[in-house]
Amino acid sequence: MSKLSKDEARALIQEVLEVYPEKAKEDRAKHLAVNDASGNEESQKCVTSNRKSLPGVMTIRGCAYAGSKGVVWGPIKDMIHVSHGPVGCGQYSRAGRRNYYVGTTGVDSFGTMNFTSDFQEKDIVFGGDKKLAKLIGEIDQLFPLNRGVSVQSECPIGLIGDDIEAVSKASSKEISKPVIPVRCEGFRGVSQSLGHHIANDAIRDHVFDREGGGNGVEPGQYDVAILGDYNIGGDAWSSRILLEEMGLRVVAQWSGDGTLAEMEQTPKVKLNLLHCYRSMNYISRHMEEKYGIPWVEYNFFGPTKIAESLRKIASYFDDSIKAGAEKVIAKYQAMMDEVIAKYKPRLEGKKVMLYVGGLRPRHVIGAYEDLGMEVVGTGYEFGHKDDYERTNEDVKNATLIYDDVTGFEFEEFVKRVKPDLVGSGVKEKYIFQKMGVPFRQMHSWDYSGPYHGYDGFAIFAKDMDMTLNNPCWSQMTPPWKASDEADSKAVA
Amino acid sequence: MALRQAAIYGKGGIGKSTTTQNLVAALAEMGKKVMIVGCDPKADSTRLILHSKAQTTVMHLAAEAGSVEDLELEDVMAMGYADIKCVESGGPEPGVGCAGRGVITAINFLEEEGAYDEELDFVFYDVLGDVVCGGFAMPIRENKAQEIYIVVSGEMMAMYAANNIAKGIVKYASSGSVRLAGLICNSRNTDREDELIEALANRLGTTMIHFVPRDNAVQHAEIRRMTCIEYDPKANQSDEYRALARKLVDNKNFVVPTPLEMEDLEELLMEFGILEEDDETIIGKKADEVVA
Repeated sequence: MSKLSKDEARALIQEVLEVYPEKAKEDRAKHLAVNDASGNEESQKCVTSNRKSLPGVMTIRGCAYAGSKGVVWGPIKDMIHVSHGPVGCGQYSRAGRRNYYVGTTGVDSFGTMNFTSDFQEKDIVFGGDKKLAKLIGEIDQLFPLNRGVSVQSECPIGLIGDDIEAVSKASSKEISKPVIPVRCEGFRGVSQSLGHHIANDAIRDHVFDREGGGNGVEPGQYDVAILGDYNIGGDAWSSRILLEEMGLRVVAQWSGDGTLAEMEQTPKVKLNLLHCYRSMNYISRHMEEKYGIPWVEYNFFGPTKIAESLRKIASYFDDSIKAGAEKVIAKYQAMMDEVIAKYKPRLEGKKVMLYVGGLRPRHVIGAYEDLGMEVVGTGYEFGHKDDYERTNEDVKNATLIYDDVTGFEFEEFVKRVKPDLVGSGVKEKYIFQKMGVPFRQMHSWDYSGPYHGYDGFAIFAKDMDMTLNNPCWSQMTPPWKASDEADSKAVA
Repeated sequence: MALRQAAIYGKGGIGKSTTTQNLVAALAEMGKKVMIVGCDPKADSTRLILHSKAQTTVMHLAAEAGSVEDLELEDVMAMGYADIKCVESGGPEPGVGCAGRGVITAINFLEEEGAYDEELDFVFYDVLGDVVCGGFAMPIRENKAQEIYIVVSGEMMAMYAANNIAKGIVKYASSGSVRLAGLICNSRNTDREDELIEALANRLGTTMIHFVPRDNAVQHAEIRRMTCIEYDPKANQSDEYRALARKLVDNKNFVVPTPLEMEDLEELLMEFGILEEDDETIIGKKADEVVA
């Protein structure tokens, strides 16, 4: 099936919008677009984003608590993150993101554990401050190797007005470790995005400049920090080695496999390397303003983008680093050629539709293109205008762009665009598989990974091939092919 | 006689709890079976009936026991003067937690435990001053209080509050069977107070069910943590509460109120000389400007 033309894609959007009531149609129309690469003024216009989802639609978004506890703070492995409120928020999000870490869980690392104040009726009525103070004391007694505690507010905390700041301050004195209050109540904002911002602000206010903070490393001229890599399936590890091989010293890694000391060390680095722009641009900008540390966005998906990024990063340093970057690119060239030689013939010309969060709706496009595949539709769960601006550069003409896509829209788009592969989350996975469309879970890499770096690309290519060319798909006939077959039989 | 449930609202400090307890004492004296449910974290809705400082509340007992599910009805219900059943919902100290949730939890508990038994003639909910959130509207939701009495006086702010409460009742009346049943004037000895409250009641579409005069006998009784009815049954004031009780028993005038617009209310207050007409020329002028 060839790609839709620009006009066909526009007509498709109109057709899908038809089912909505007038007001909903008007709202959703602003979130859907067809990319226009003609370069004129109209083509630069972004879709509307970061707005409240419509009541009644199936949205795929999360909440502010998910953004803070689940994304930014949760992976800091040597701190204990208390899900403050009723038990569910923490328990049903526990260990779900596959942020790998090194350490002994329950002794010096706590990433996959769930700590909660387990609010009961009486805690709502009488307030949870005393309980919070008590449980922080208990945490420190039971897990003495923790380096600090963060208090991640669930919805009720904001409703009943608990003073978690005061409790945190007093508890911090008591246990002589940082206790960091985070006001990430789920009802705040329109998606998890505000939770990232609130979490970034908490780092700014409570982590930086703490006396005695840092990991004791004497600052050096090649110090860098990796920001916005959550080490999903080991992503940060396969990124870090490339930076180290080119001569940089990675003194901090946020927040995948990260530590409190690394965060504290970060204001002393020479350059901040930002992978997930959406979730950590706030703290990068802060460090630029306050400490004069420049930051650079990079993309470690697929050899083309990796080489581009390594050179961009090296441009901030002296010739030895620039030479180091070239050396790294050259070193992996043969391996990459081999991967592409093996998989490109099997994947060439295949169409992909994505719907994910953070950086992936644009960042993985290069990796697909390295394999000869084309991304014909993409969208962000919780992106902002600046994300869509960055996306315009990466996608081709006539690509479908959908912000905060609804379950209905996504299904209809896939039915009509007929991509060879859909990449989205676990809630979407089985819908599309049942429709006969190969699917990759692009939040957790479908329990695979890493996908970052050269090592990651080899796994990415293998996974895409394994999914797309899986013999199971030839055993089932998707509805449109069924009618095609009937047609061709009729003609015959 | 079927169970009648009534909620008493009114501005803070207007005398809701005192009026309710004296009214309930008078009803009990008449042989009615009555329960009072205090819906105020201060828990002072039953002290005159129980002769106690403050009754141990549902929420405090629940907190001690672990959860409300661990409580039995007899743990939270006390019997007072003339076998009046007393319950206080309870709640947090000022400034912490969620008092509204406390009211919701306590009332749900009473329902589930069968506190509303068939022998009861009346249940009275004594609710904290303003309906600040959903929790304090709990007593007037579906299947709970169907009659609302507003305690009011001839003071301006008390009447503002009464009008606002009437607005709240309209909201719940449209979705359920709750109705405004009347105003109870708890006199502050302001000028033409009875006429004024009657006029207000009229505008709201209801009646002033009784005018309770100001009398020190109430204070004398309160010092002893007693109702006037119990402390001095022969006092004139006790007869006033008995009159109120009789009128309440006979009351059939339950309406969806017609709250006043702010301008109409102010007009009414001006008519009775409580509010002076706005002098538009002085609005927003500082002291020295006015002199000039």
